Amino acid sequence: MLARKDVEKLANAASIKLSESEAGKFAGQINELLEYVEKINEVDTEGVKPTLYPVSLENVFREDKVEPSLERDRALANAPEERDGQFRVPKIMG
Amino acid sequence: MDLCDLSIHELKAQLEKEEITVEEVLDSFLQRIDAVEDKVKAYVTVTGTEARERIRAELEGSLAGIPLAVKDNISTEGIRTTCSSKMLENYIPPYNATVVDKLNEAGAVLLGKTNLDEFAMGGSSESSYFHETRNPWNLEYVPGGSSGGSAAAVAAGEAAAALGTDTGGSIRQPAAFCGLVGLKPTYGTVSRYGLMAYAGSMDQIGPITRDVEDAALLLNVISGYDPKDSTSVKREELDYTAFLQEDLAGMKVALPREYLDLVSNPEIKESVLAAFKKMEAEGAKVEEVSLPHLKYAAAVYYILATGEASSNMACYDGVRYGFRSKEAANVAEMFGNTRSEGFGEEVKRRILFGTYVLSANSYEAYYVKAQKVRTLLIKEFEDIFKNYDLIITPTTGDTAFKVGTVTEPLESYKMDTFTVPVNLTGIPAISLPCGFSSKNLPIGIQIMGPQFGDGKIIQAAYSLEKILKLGNKRPELEVAQ
Repeated sequence: MLARKDVEKLANAASIKLSESEAGKFAGQINELLEYVEKINEVDTEGVKPTLYPVSLENVFREDKVEPSLERDRALANAPEERDGQFRVPKIMG
Repeated sequence: MDLCDLSIHELKAQLEKEEITVEEVLDSFLQRIDAVEDKVKAYVTVTGTEARERIRAELEGSLAGIPLAVKDNISTEGIRTTCSSKMLENYIPPYNATVVDKLNEAGAVLLGKTNLDEFAMGGSSESSYFHETRNPWNLEYVPGGSSGGSAAAVAAGEAAAALGTDTGGSIRQPAAFCGLVGLKPTYGTVSRYGLMAYAGSMDQIGPITRDVEDAALLLNVISGYDPKDSTSVKREELDYTAFLQEDLAGMKVALPREYLDLVSNPEIKESVLAAFKKMEAEGAKVEEVSLPHLKYAAAVYYILATGEASSNMACYDGVRYGFRSKEAANVAEMFGNTRSEGFGEEVKRRILFGTYVLSANSYEAYYVKAQKVRTLLIKEFEDIFKNYDLIITPTTGDTAFKVGTVTEPLESYKMDTFTVPVNLTGIPAISLPCGFSSKNLPIGIQIMGPQFGDGKIIQAAYSLEKILKLGNKRPELEVAQ
């Protein structure tokens, strides 16, 4: 069972700030969902390999060749803040 | 009937014979949008001005002059693409998704971007940040989701056809709720480049159309290997319209009894069983089979899809694009506040659940365990396809529900049991209308085939459509004049 505190830790790991009431509500719903998905433990999976992708593909390689990419001003066009041709963020240290 | 009520192939035929012009076609659709969009709310963005501009040039290709809609989680260069989220409310992609380039090359005309459950996470289109979309068959009901805007637009005559995306049923379920054809191709058939990822091992783009022929026409345009999508599969390109043949003779059809047991509305069972009877009369051989792992499918899906989603959603951090919270003393606070204010409740819930199943202490018990049950489910489907050409089931357990009535997350997740096995196993499936309930709401039947058997399910769906003869019944919207 997840307590509200555990949900706050998860939210912190996922970089989402939650209000106390949100954390409480999500805790209840996540516990309900965990109880539901628990039933997969009935299945015997001894020796079964996990599936990552449903269609089997070999490693996909390509030639290491320079191709045109997004120009800087177009890459920056959606930025919430930019300065001197770079993304600007609030201070990182201190 | 107006031009905007015709299918792609009907419009094509009339355009080719020069009985109508591209201008007349576009006018008809834009007039319909003007008349009904206030009620249906299928679109996030209508691109009428751009559409008029586009048809000034001579359009060539298999979709020349055909007005289409595209779900708003598929990138369109210069046209905002929101995923129906506050997070991307003002995001304007600097490039086109591969499928959008392909539609453009085929001469299609984009009418707009359609509404969805935020980031495609839902089955009713109610979790959109902007507005709820309504079902054109009855405006008190949901159109389904997450491609509910695409389905509602096509059903209401606001687009000739539309692209949707399907991670757990998001094309097939709204197609069923809105009386349309919805095709989820085999994983890797259609490029995902430019599609905002929800769960990358299951997401697939596909058409929502008025009939099976249109689905084949659109699949011809959007399918094909794309080096920009590393999960795109290199195969011989097929002409899917070659499968538009009325022939069910000798087809072996499996009917999993667990599916019928899950149906909550007896009218759906009746309607689907009646369709089986008609298929048998045309020479198909229907047998009951068992899918014992079906009961775990929704659990496996929600573990894997939310795990993948929690990772895919990490890119929305307020740095390079999208919403950024104004309240922040430092960068960590900026991330936390941006994601708190920018995401809606369902998206947060799935990120949190996904973060939990991927965390060190639960990774083996939940995530890896679910990946193993996925393997068993794939094996179970493969075994059935050794003896049968197709698996046919109802697309949903009930018809569309009323807006605002499904409020518990787990309740809506369980409904997805009908559709998620297709995504977990990577196989193709198509939903087509097979009848109407006593409330005049559409009922859908789902045809699944083995991986890369897209042509086979198109043939079966085309044949069934001809037998059922539902005609081109359209919803009667009270249109404001």
